[in-house]
Amino acid sequence: MIASLALILTCQLVGEVLARLAGLTIPGPVIGLLIFTGLLFAIPALMERVEQVATALLAHLSLLFVPAAVGVIQHLDRLSSAFLPIIASLLVSTLATLVVSALVFRWVARLMDRRTGEKADG
Amino acid sequence: MDENFATLWVYLGASPLLWLTVTIAVYALADALSAKAGRHPLANPVLIAAAILGTALVLAGVPYRDYFEGAQFVHFLLGPATVALGLPLVRRWSEVRRRIVPMLAALVAGSVTAVVSTVAVAALLGAPGEIVASLAPKSVTTPIAMGISELIGGIPSLTAVLVIATGMLGAIAVTPVMNLLGITEPDARGFSAGLAAHGIGTARAFQVNPVAGLFAGIAMAFNGAATAIIVPLLLG
Repeated sequence: MIASLALILTCQLVGEVLARLAGLTIPGPVIGLLIFTGLLFAIPALMERVEQVATALLAHLSLLFVPAAVGVIQHLDRLSSAFLPIIASLLVSTLATLVVSALVFRWVARLMDRRTGEKADG
Repeated sequence: MDENFATLWVYLGASPLLWLTVTIAVYALADALSAKAGRHPLANPVLIAAAILGTALVLAGVPYRDYFEGAQFVHFLLGPATVALGLPLVRRWSEVRRRIVPMLAALVAGSVTAVVSTVAVAALLGAPGEIVASLAPKSVTTPIAMGISELIGGIPSLTAVLVIATGMLGAIAVTPVMNLLGITEPDARGFSAGLAAHGIGTARAFQVNPVAGLFAGIAMAFNGAATAIIVPLLLG
C-alpha cells in the first residue's frame, strides 16, 4: 500500500518537474496522470497493487475541494460589488456548457454507432 | 482556568491539527446529510461543508490564511487524486477508446462555449475588465485557471473562488439538466459534468455512476489544456 502511494506521488512529482522545466501550461498532476496511465498499460500487474490507494483517493474527491471552497470568504467584498454580472455569467455559461457538450457528445457517439452498425450489417 | 484555556488556544492556533480536524469532521457531517437526502443535487457536500466552515471562520474572526495552514493537507491530496484517475481510465479503456471522437468533438464545442458565453454575459452586464478576465477560465481546475487569469490580466485568487462556484453550480445543475435533455448515457452525462464543472463536477459524477465519473475525469484533465489554448487566443 505504501509502495503504491509512493508510486502515485512519484508520477505527480515527475509531472510537476516536467511541466516546470518545459514551461507548460498543463499542470503537473495532469502530466502525472498521463505517466501513471502509461505505467499501468505497460505493467498491468500494477493495477491490483494500486487499487486500494487509488480508490481511497477518488472515493472522497469532494472533501478535497472544501479548503479551496472556503476561500470565498476572502473575496466577499469584490463578489458583492459585481454580484449580478458574476452570478448571471456563471449561471448562463455553466448551463450552456453542460447542454452543448452533452448534446455534441451524444450526437457524434450516435453517428459513429450507426456507421459501425451499418458496416457490421453490410 | 482562563489561563489554561489561553494556553490551549495558543497551542491549537499554532498547530495544523485544529483546522484539519474541523475540515474533515464538517465534511463527514455534510456527506452524511447528502446521503440522507438521497444524494439530491442541491445537497452538495462541498457546498454544505464550505458554507458551515466559511460562516464559522467569519464569525470567529479567523483569517483564511490561518485556516488554510491546517486545511492544506486535505487540499494537497487533489494532485495525487488526479494521478489516481489513471486506474479507472486503464480499467475501462475499451469503453473510453470507442468514445475518443465524441469526446474530442464535445471538448472543442464545450470549451469554446464555456469561455465565449462567460465573457459575453459578463461584458454585456458591465462587469469591469479585471472581473471579466478573472471569469474567463472558470470552467477548468484551479491551478490552470489561476495561471490563465494572471496571463490575461485577471485576479488569480478571485478566479480560484469563481472556479469553485462554477464547480458547485455545475455539480448541482448536471443531473436535472441531463434529465431535462433526456440524456441517459453515463458517458455523455459524466463528460459534460467534468467539462463544465471540473473536479467538483467529477466528484458529483463519481457519486452517481463510476463510468460517468471516469468520463468526467477525462473531460476535466483535457479541458484544462483546451482552455489554456482558447482563452489567450480570444482575450490575449
